[in-house]
Amino acid sequence: MMNGTRKNAAEKLPENPIIDARNLRKTFGDLVAVDNVSFRVYPGECFGILGPNGAGKTSTIRMIYGFSPMTGGTLKVFGLDVTQNARRIKSRIGVCQQENALDPDLRVQQNLEVFAGYFNMPLKDAQKQAQQLLKFIALDHRKDARATELSGGMMRRLVLARALINRPELLILDEPTTGLDPQSRHLVWERLGELQANGLTILLTTHNMDEAARLCDRLIIMDHGRILVEGKPLDLVRQYTGRDVIEVAEPDQQLRSLVLSRNLQHEDLGHRLIIYVDEGNALFREISKDYCREGCIMRMASLEDVFLKLTGRDLRE
Amino acid sequence: MKFITLINISMRFLRVWQRNLIVYRENWKISFIPPALEPFFYLLAFGVGLSALVGTVHYEGSEISYLVFIAPALIAINIMNNAFFENTYASFVRMYYQKTFDAMMATPLSLQEIITGEIVWGATKSVVATVIMLAVISLFGLIRYPSGLLIIPLSFIGGIAFGSIGMYFTAIVSNIELFNLPVFLFITPMFLFSGTFFPLETMPGWAQDIAFIMPLTHIVNLTRSLSLGIVDASLLPGLCYFVIACFIFFPLAIHKMHRRLIK
Repeated sequence: MMNGTRKNAAEKLPENPIIDARNLRKTFGDLVAVDNVSFRVYPGECFGILGPNGAGKTSTIRMIYGFSPMTGGTLKVFGLDVTQNARRIKSRIGVCQQENALDPDLRVQQNLEVFAGYFNMPLKDAQKQAQQLLKFIALDHRKDARATELSGGMMRRLVLARALINRPELLILDEPTTGLDPQSRHLVWERLGELQANGLTILLTTHNMDEAARLCDRLIIMDHGRILVEGKPLDLVRQYTGRDVIEVAEPDQQLRSLVLSRNLQHEDLGHRLIIYVDEGNALFREISKDYCREGCIMRMASLEDVFLKLTGRDLRE
Repeated sequence: MKFITLINISMRFLRVWQRNLIVYRENWKISFIPPALEPFFYLLAFGVGLSALVGTVHYEGSEISYLVFIAPALIAINIMNNAFFENTYASFVRMYYQKTFDAMMATPLSLQEIITGEIVWGATKSVVATVIMLAVISLFGLIRYPSGLLIIPLSFIGGIAFGSIGMYFTAIVSNIELFNLPVFLFITPMFLFSGTFFPLETMPGWAQDIAFIMPLTHIVNLTRSLSLGIVDASLLPGLCYFVIACFIFFPLAIHKMHRRLIK
């Protein structure tokens, strides 16, 4: 379906990037939140920034939408320097912040119309656009409800609509589906897909790997303020984990020595052994016959494997 | 850190003002009640109760009735309260709990415009309260016109000053409970000791000196003069006081807000 358009968009590179970040730095006192990050986002792309909590994702995008000043580096959006043209840039982007930040004092449609006012949109135009967007996110039946009466999923959809009120050329989403029920999440994904098919450039942060794999044409994985890898989701999976993953519960010593002797890519978590291979069928038969004591499975490698492999399994708080 | 410039303010601040107006209009009937009823209560309590004890007050060389003395002070107190409380508690709720400013900062609005819109809105509430109170108090014949009409623009200037002072506190408090400090150390003493309910001259000299520094004293004097029909050079020091207060606290509030919100 929309994959066709997406491929095209990605293949058109390189042209003038929508976002051009070079050696971007952000420090808060002694803490280095973003450490020399460089990347480009091209027109029509969906670009993802992945990373554990505290990796610097939000700090990075906040600099892009002019919310926080950068400490160092150069950053151009639409070819304009953000330090000089914040207002012009902000009038052409839409932002979904992590916290919903809907206006609880206003009704649903008012939320959109008042927000349109911040962009100096004429009221007539704002009303028309608001009505269209409410249909788009399936909330037109609740247009007179108070924003506080909405469910979490509805609020999130309304935030998405609000970010689109000024007909942005770039949509920035900070963890767009965190905390949503599956139905709402899929609706948001579907709508984002439609928007992208219509040529909208999207920048999103997430730690939902399904989301990244489904939406992003290209992505970076960040940790401790730095970029670990950059690439297309599938390429990254191929490159860092191979195609198949075999997980063995309660592995014994024999299996461990087998894995070591064959020099297989693996992770030993003690109670669980994870083996990454390009072609896992033969090995899996062998393991399930001779080494499988508590259970073993084979599955397709996913972006989540790449993510955990690169950023480690330590808890981030 | 360098002192933040005010250059980044366009007329777009009116959009922030407009947002607050839209919310206000949703329950304007309730918002109109306090300024309409308050003068009744005060004039009843002080007029019927206290007036019998006090009789007349010696003010600026003439004897005036106690009601004529306190009526303008009630307006002045409301100018202070409306702007100050709007730009402390209400602004803090929008900034801290509702993240309204965060959402605005992702739009072409600048922080300076957001804060300006908030302060001008606080002053607008002072003006609205003043107009309602003027109407009610005029029913008792306690205001002289046309000079009394000048209280309306005065309430705007006073509102900007008190709102800026309030916004300054909003920028520096870590939680909403801390507003108790400026309220009890600043607002309440002013409410009582700024020549509001008794003439300043009855206080000891040092207390008069302190009162003279306080903004409410000056706005009480100005409102009272205008209510009595006095429009002359004696108003100038008080007016200068407010213009200067605006020029100090408005940029200061924006500066402190910048430090708080731009990270």
